[in-house]
Amino acid sequence: MTTKLMGQGVQRVEDQRLLRGQGRFVDDVLVGQGTLHVAVLRSPHAHARIRDIDVSGVLDVEGVHAVWTYDDLAGLAPNMADPLPLLIPHPALTQGRTQYALAKDEVNYVGEAVAFVVAEDRYLAEDAVGRIQVDYELLPPVVGIEAARAADQLVHPDVPGNVAARLVQDTGAPGELEAAMAAAPHRLSLDLTVERSACTPLEGRGTVARWDPDTNRMTVWSSTQTSTGVRAVVAAKLGLDLGQVDVVTPDVGGGFGVKINHPWPEELLVPLAARALGRPVKFTEDRREHFISSAHERGQLQHIEVGFDDDGRLQALEVTFWHDHGAYIPYGLIVPIITSTQLLGPYKPRVYRVTFESLYTNTVMVTPYRGAGRPQGCYAMERTMDAIAAYLGKDRTEVRAANFIQPDEFPYDQRMTFQDGRELEYDSGDYPAMLEKIKALIGWEEFPRFREEMAAQGRQVGIGLACYVEGTGVGPYEGAHVHIETSGKVKVATGLTSQGQGHQTAFAQLVADELGVRFEDVEVVTGDTRRMAYAVGTFASRAAVMSGSAIHLAAKRAKEKVLRIAAEALEASEDDLEIVDGIVSVRGTTAHIDLGTIAVLSNPLRYAFDERSKLATQFSVGDPGKPPVAEDDEPGLEGKDFYSPERSTFASGMHAVIVETDPRTAEIKILKYAVVHDCGNLINPMIVEGQIHGGVAQGVGGALYERMVYDESGQLLNASFMDFLMPYVTEVPDGIAIDHLETPSPLNPLGIKGAGEAGVIPSAAVFASAISDAEGFPITAMPISPSDLFQLRRTLTEEPS
Amino acid sequence: MSPDTSTEERHEVVLTVNGVAHEVSLPARRLLSDALRHDLGLTGTHVGCEHGVCGACTVLLDGAPVRACLVLAVQCEGVEVTTVEGLGGPDGSLSPVQQAFAECHGLQCGFCTPGFLTTVTAGLRDNPTPTHEEAREMVAGNLCRCTGYQNIVKAVERAAVIAGDATAEEAR
Repeated sequence: MTTKLMGQGVQRVEDQRLLRGQGRFVDDVLVGQGTLHVAVLRSPHAHARIRDIDVSGVLDVEGVHAVWTYDDLAGLAPNMADPLPLLIPHPALTQGRTQYALAKDEVNYVGEAVAFVVAEDRYLAEDAVGRIQVDYELLPPVVGIEAARAADQLVHPDVPGNVAARLVQDTGAPGELEAAMAAAPHRLSLDLTVERSACTPLEGRGTVARWDPDTNRMTVWSSTQTSTGVRAVVAAKLGLDLGQVDVVTPDVGGGFGVKINHPWPEELLVPLAARALGRPVKFTEDRREHFISSAHERGQLQHIEVGFDDDGRLQALEVTFWHDHGAYIPYGLIVPIITSTQLLGPYKPRVYRVTFESLYTNTVMVTPYRGAGRPQGCYAMERTMDAIAAYLGKDRTEVRAANFIQPDEFPYDQRMTFQDGRELEYDSGDYPAMLEKIKALIGWEEFPRFREEMAAQGRQVGIGLACYVEGTGVGPYEGAHVHIETSGKVKVATGLTSQGQGHQTAFAQLVADELGVRFEDVEVVTGDTRRMAYAVGTFASRAAVMSGSAIHLAAKRAKEKVLRIAAEALEASEDDLEIVDGIVSVRGTTAHIDLGTIAVLSNPLRYAFDERSKLATQFSVGDPGKPPVAEDDEPGLEGKDFYSPERSTFASGMHAVIVETDPRTAEIKILKYAVVHDCGNLINPMIVEGQIHGGVAQGVGGALYERMVYDESGQLLNASFMDFLMPYVTEVPDGIAIDHLETPSPLNPLGIKGAGEAGVIPSAAVFASAISDAEGFPITAMPISPSDLFQLRRTLTEEPS
Repeated sequence: MSPDTSTEERHEVVLTVNGVAHEVSLPARRLLSDALRHDLGLTGTHVGCEHGVCGACTVLLDGAPVRACLVLAVQCEGVEVTTVEGLGGPDGSLSPVQQAFAECHGLQCGFCTPGFLTTVTAGLRDNPTPTHEEAREMVAGNLCRCTGYQNIVKAVERAAVIAGDATAEEAR
């Protein structure tokens, strides 16, 4: 029997091309081949009215083919004159505003696209952009959450208070929260802030398009997390039938959420230009553009009121937070909804009420960044847990344990509505066991002694812990197609996209296991609408759960057909057949047939094309008394299926860190980092651990280094890798201790849960916890730099409260 | 005002990349990274920041790691340029560094990877037996957003072992 590949750290097939420089990223597509290049004129102002745009002289630059402003769009395609779509409507989102593909009359953030130039190469296109003259009338910008709340100025004149949406969820009956709060033996309140960061994948956005006038078809390559989403919107906006548009997602150089938003203005303007100019057109975002014209996330102000008993059990929890979503809100309320629901983590407050306002500011918009609101929720809840522990003089792990949902309480209904409009009902988990694991892994019990030892050397250390639950694998669905070719090779397609998660490997493992074929014979294609037209996308740690399950089901269907045809050919019962390495044999006999031959037999032929296909021609096979293809059958050896779960599956984890803070310089050093993670059954532990490593590094960045620094006029001051401090190897822990717990999900056939985002969720919380522990005062604003900590020490010693 | 590009002067340059000489006609402002990618079609070299910070575009100039986004192509005449496409064996086999990255899961999206591979190739040539600290130091000038560097450092150490074994094999 072939060894089962699920659960094995199989080496990635992707690496063979990526290591040789043979990856195909979007900027690698259609190099040469008459491809034209785009540059975009972006607003230098955060808030301004456009009085006039003068493009005269631009087309005089040799090599420039087109220069477009908003006024040109309607003539090119009528729907292009409308605002970009509001992707995820919600009843509470009463004031949804989205931008135009090119700014119409006003600009609302530095970086908003104003004019679009197409030229022979990017150098010329940028020269041409430099010739465009725009007359702006400056308006006062709204920068920061306080300014948005104060609403002395408005981002959009027709949106009162800068509030796009206000949403309340309450797990109690009217008055229940107030009563529980009043009755609680102890009460605390906290005010917390988290600043903006961003995904910053090493590859920015990019789109290439080619219009084929001979077949009236558009091919678009985009560095996206949803090829079907891009396809639908390109067709709608350009006035094409869906069937005329193919979207291919090539290799993607990292996404982390930002590439799920669509369409970016260029994602529409590039195919529009390809059609208008009859030449392939390419847009490749540069790094500064990525900072100012893609998307950020994380910025929130939070106010927490909590009532608890002597054990620290949550009797009443009321959270209010203000979420900065930037100048536009195409991705709806997903991020704040996730914050408000996933804040609960592994805990069960008796009654919980959360209210948020999603606010406009004159800054680049906010769409999900790995974790997608969960890091902020985890931070709010875990800061609260630490505050309760400090108040009661209890160990921080004890207070958490007192609030855990217990293993026998699953499925556990949190009485909330999740981001997918479904109940927030946890499917499985074992939080007490996980707590024991993380305590052992970090050395929680031994820490006081370590602290004393360090103190004796004049060194100051602290330990922190943070727990989270992550809803993964949200619907609505994913699908898969499995095709066994006459060569015996298996071609698999699923529609969601890949950006480094090793899908080609992990999915091939599933197919090899289910079909009994060799791993090397399975080839997986993702994100190509020509191969799978129905798909949703890669976000919310959903690829393994959704496409993994769909692929497993599709392989099962293909296998059913394999066994049926083989049983007939071998004149045996299906029950006696087994498939190993692509050979179907009758157990205990030498009778066998390979998958390639079964594929030949599955497709009755009139015309032979080689020796083997003669087997399937009309004078060779078939019962003359029956139709060659039975009524309920179809030709070919294929399986197709879809997976659509009732609700999300809930992964969980706990992180712990030991930090050292320099008593003089306030430098923050990571001494030890530990992760316990439960994503159900593992497909490829090597890949899962890689995801955790990457998440932890991003979390370290978000907690200690990265912040988007806007000045009062709305200029992003650190829009480069020189100034926005992404961690190098020197900033990440040297070694991350990882332990797994595998609590299978009952919701899908493989018992898996998502793993992609997990590593980054508890970072702000765990570092705030550890630094507070080292310093002896609460940390309430993240990220925290050495100078922030230094200032904080000074403030607290100068103004003792 | 931007230059009048219709009269932009072009320069005839011979670029020697991975042992192959290419005659190209380029404006003086053409970056080496762009010339490699767009004029020679060697798209293995990736551009991550265009200001020399991320290291994704690192190539070897006469064996020394250099950021191709900070070099003008016309400067590179008479220089041996090595890109990721030139790291493996002529038979298509992976170099020890490439092999180690595969074994250690030292890459995820693969966008920054070519810059790491060239950097580590040069680094191990200069220091074939790095300590753990030296292995970390060797990749400390390159950004990766996916891996958290854990497996990249392992790959550097593993590459040193593979290369060492190969050298020992040859010596026998």
